[in-house]
Order: sequence, then C-alpha cells, then structure tokens
Amino acid sequence: MFLINCPYCGERDQQEFKAGGEAHIERPKQPTELSDDEWAEYLFMRKNIKGIQFERWNHAHGCRKWFNMVRDTSNDQIKAIYKMGEKPPSQ
Amino acid sequence: MRNKYSLFSLIKNALSYHENWQRAWKDPAPKKEYDAVIVGGGGHGLATAYYLAKKHNMHNIAVVEKGWIGGGNTGRNTTIIRSNYLWDASAGLYDHALKIWEGLSQELNYNVMFSQRGVMNLAHNLQDVRDLKRRTHANRLNGIDAVYLSTEEVKKFCPIINTSPDIRYPVLGGTLQRRAGTARHDAVAWGYARGADAMGVDIIQNCEVKGIKRNGDSVEGIETTKGFIKTKKVGVVAAGHSSVIANMAGLRLPLESKPLQALVSEPVKPIIDTVVMSNAVHAYVSQSDKGELVIGAGTDDYVSYTQKGSHQIVEGTLNAILELYPIFSRMRMLRQWGGIVDICPDASPILSKTSIKGLYFNCGWGTGGFKATPGSGDLFAHTIANDEPHKLNAAFNLNRFVSGDLVDEHGAAAVAH
Repeated sequence: MFLINCPYCGERDQQEFKAGGEAHIERPKQPTELSDDEWAEYLFMRKNIKGIQFERWNHAHGCRKWFNMVRDTSNDQIKAIYKMGEKPPSQ
Repeated sequence: MRNKYSLFSLIKNALSYHENWQRAWKDPAPKKEYDAVIVGGGGHGLATAYYLAKKHNMHNIAVVEKGWIGGGNTGRNTTIIRSNYLWDASAGLYDHALKIWEGLSQELNYNVMFSQRGVMNLAHNLQDVRDLKRRTHANRLNGIDAVYLSTEEVKKFCPIINTSPDIRYPVLGGTLQRRAGTARHDAVAWGYARGADAMGVDIIQNCEVKGIKRNGDSVEGIETTKGFIKTKKVGVVAAGHSSVIANMAGLRLPLESKPLQALVSEPVKPIIDTVVMSNAVHAYVSQSDKGELVIGAGTDDYVSYTQKGSHQIVEGTLNAILELYPIFSRMRMLRQWGGIVDICPDASPILSKTSIKGLYFNCGWGTGGFKATPGSGDLFAHTIANDEPHKLNAAFNLNRFVSGDLVDEHGAAAVAH
C-alpha cells in the first residue's frame, strides 16, 4: 500500500484511489477512417512497462478528479504527479 | 537413462538413507544452437518442451528460465483445476487440459497429487444465479460435467458455509463441477522438467533473456545472460513478463500485468474437502494436503511487477471468507504472497503465432493459468512444431484483437478477476 499525493487534496491513502491505466493514449481524431489495426492499437494494445510508466489515476473516494502519475512499476515508487492537460515531466 | 519411480525404487533408496537418488534433471550449459527455445521455465513452458519432444520429435530444444523452474506463478497459484467455462472455445481448451490432468501422474511417472475433489462456484445475487445457470447449461452442451445446486444443496455439500439469508452476500445457490479439483503445483513443474530432460531437453536455469535477435521478419536467436543462443523458433511463455519480452522484439501485446495475491493459514485437521469459489465477493478457499487453508484474493487494479499487492485486497477477501465461514474466525495466517498475472482484455489467453516468423507467444492466462498447464503445453507445442495452431487453440490467436472475434470470459467464466 502506498500514499498518493492527490494534486487537489494532498496526501491520501491509496485505498481512496482507482487506477485508470496507461496515460496519454490519444482518442482517434478521425474514428471513421481508422483501420482495424489502428482500432486494435487504440483499444487493446498496451505498453505494460516494467519500469517508469505514465498512468492515469482517479481520486474515486475523494474529490473524484482524474490526474496523471509517473510510477516505477518495478518497485511501485511514485516519481511524479501532474494534472490532466499538463505536459508530462521529462524523464 | 532415467530410473523409474516405483515402490521398488523407494525401498532400494531407503536402504541408502535416500542419499543416492538420481538427479531429476541435469544442469547443462546452453549449446550454441537449438531447433527451438522456450523462454520461461514454469509449468506451461516445461509442458511445452515436454510435448515438443514427446509428440513432435523435437529433442534439440531448450527451456531458459531467469530464476529457478516453477518459481514464478507456477509456485504461487492456489492450484485450482476446473473446466467449467462458458464459451465453446474456452470449454474446448480447458477441458482438453482437464482430460490430460486425469492421467498425468501415470504419464509422467511423477505424482502430481491431482485430486478431483470438486469445485463449487457460489451465487450471491439474482444475476449470479442467472449467469451460473446459463453456464451450467452451456457446460453440459459441451460435454462438461456441471450441476446447479440450491442453497440447501450447497449447505449439504459443504456444511461449514454460512447459508443464513441475513448475511451481507447471502448464498443463493451454486454450481458444482465434480471432475474439477486441485493438484500439487511444484510437482507439475518438476514432473514435466524430469520428463522433458529424459527426452534430451536442456533446462537452463538462472538464464535471463536480454534480447531477441531478428533478421527482418524472422527470429535468429536470443541474447541471454549466458550468451547468445541461435535458434529459428522461440516460444515465449513468460506470464507476467510477456510484455517485457515482447517489447524486446518490438511487438505490442494487449496485456496488463497486475499483482494477484494468495495466502495460507496454519495447518489444521481436514475441515473443507472441496474447493469453493465466490466471484462476487472475490474469495476462494480449499485445504492443502498439509492442512493449510489456501485462500485466493483478487488482483490490484494497477500495473505492477513487484509480486506484492495491496493490503486492502487481502483484507476484503478475508472479510468475505469470515462471513461465509464463521468457523475460520480464529485461524491464523502463516504466509501471504503475490504473483504477477498478465491479463487480456477478454480474460482469455493468447496461444499464437505473431507477425514475426518463428516467434510464438503463450500468455494472457491472467488469474487462472495453472489449471490449463498440460493442455496449454500440448497445444503450444503443436503450434510451434507445425507453425499452425491446433483447432483447439485457433480461437486464441493474437489477431482476435484486430478482428474483434474475442472470447469474452470476463465474469462469464466464474473467475474472480
């Protein structure tokens, strides 16, 4: 279990949060023109990195706002947290 | 020559204080080149190598394992075996495995302690009841034994369950597959390793894959911590680390790796003689031959490779266990651990060729791969040897995420995801 520093509420127990998967997957701009391969890529394929991963989290039992997190999946250490719409910090 | 295990060999070795048993498998250095290399020495990988040698006459092959064999999810699961899946493709796949389990100890000359003690899945709400009844009918149409039990029948089959109507998640019924049960997980890895080794397979432990060498669209070999190994066929059976290997080959997979936890109690006298699973409350329990209660929890919702998992997941599971089995309230837990499971969006596995010639993936078993070990090995060996899937694993190809022809077992499979 770890503490998460919600950018709106401050440090809270992990139990209050819901993980939302890989971040920065862009919604297709022209869905009607997407091929099946591109749909598969958007919907299903994931980086699933062992190491530094960018992901979305939701403060589900708190302010209910979404934000982004940079986390090392090999040891669960949180490296950075930033709001939706902000540029991801450079590694 | 491999000595056979028998009553005679047991007596003979007892005379020398069990100090002269033959090694069950060798510890070879890797050769320069193999006809095929299996990446991952868990149950599925070792079974794949065993069937490649046994059924497809491929003896110049190796299994490379970064740790020790059976030290990953093979040694971390809750050993449940069943085949009561909803969809036809899954029923074919898992029942193929169950049929092999039934004769596996004899075939391997290794006691895998397969025990058909039955697996019961509980329903806790009206939707569960409808889903489980539907699954029972679907199972029977596919020739898989399944019965639906009323609350009274559940109580009769497993008397320690609290079937009182006023608990938070009352037991409204359940399904029972009598042919299902458990097996000794370590023995499965060791039995397959011993069998494969006897047929000439090199089992190379402490050998981590660092890269996959490609020549255009074909595989040329693998870089490992013990040097380069040349081979035209690589079968990856790396469970939670499948994406890590796929990234080395520049391949994308639809997987997310998450911690799944389990725990065992102190050993007690026989109290539960079956396996009880409960999807809605994320708890399942059986009793090992040593007497420990073996309890499985759910997965965490975030990607992690730490083999740990969150405390609240275990807490939630134990809450459910205590409500369903008040008799366990004073049991003490001995050990808790996590394994990294690779979950597909449709909760079905991938046993497939890839866009790279000679590179095959067997992954995505998620929270329930142990039960499929023999069938998975058999079908994956067929896929590698013939460069074509067997009809039983044809539906479990990687292309289904492009075509949309998914095998959606989420929830439908009565699995606690």
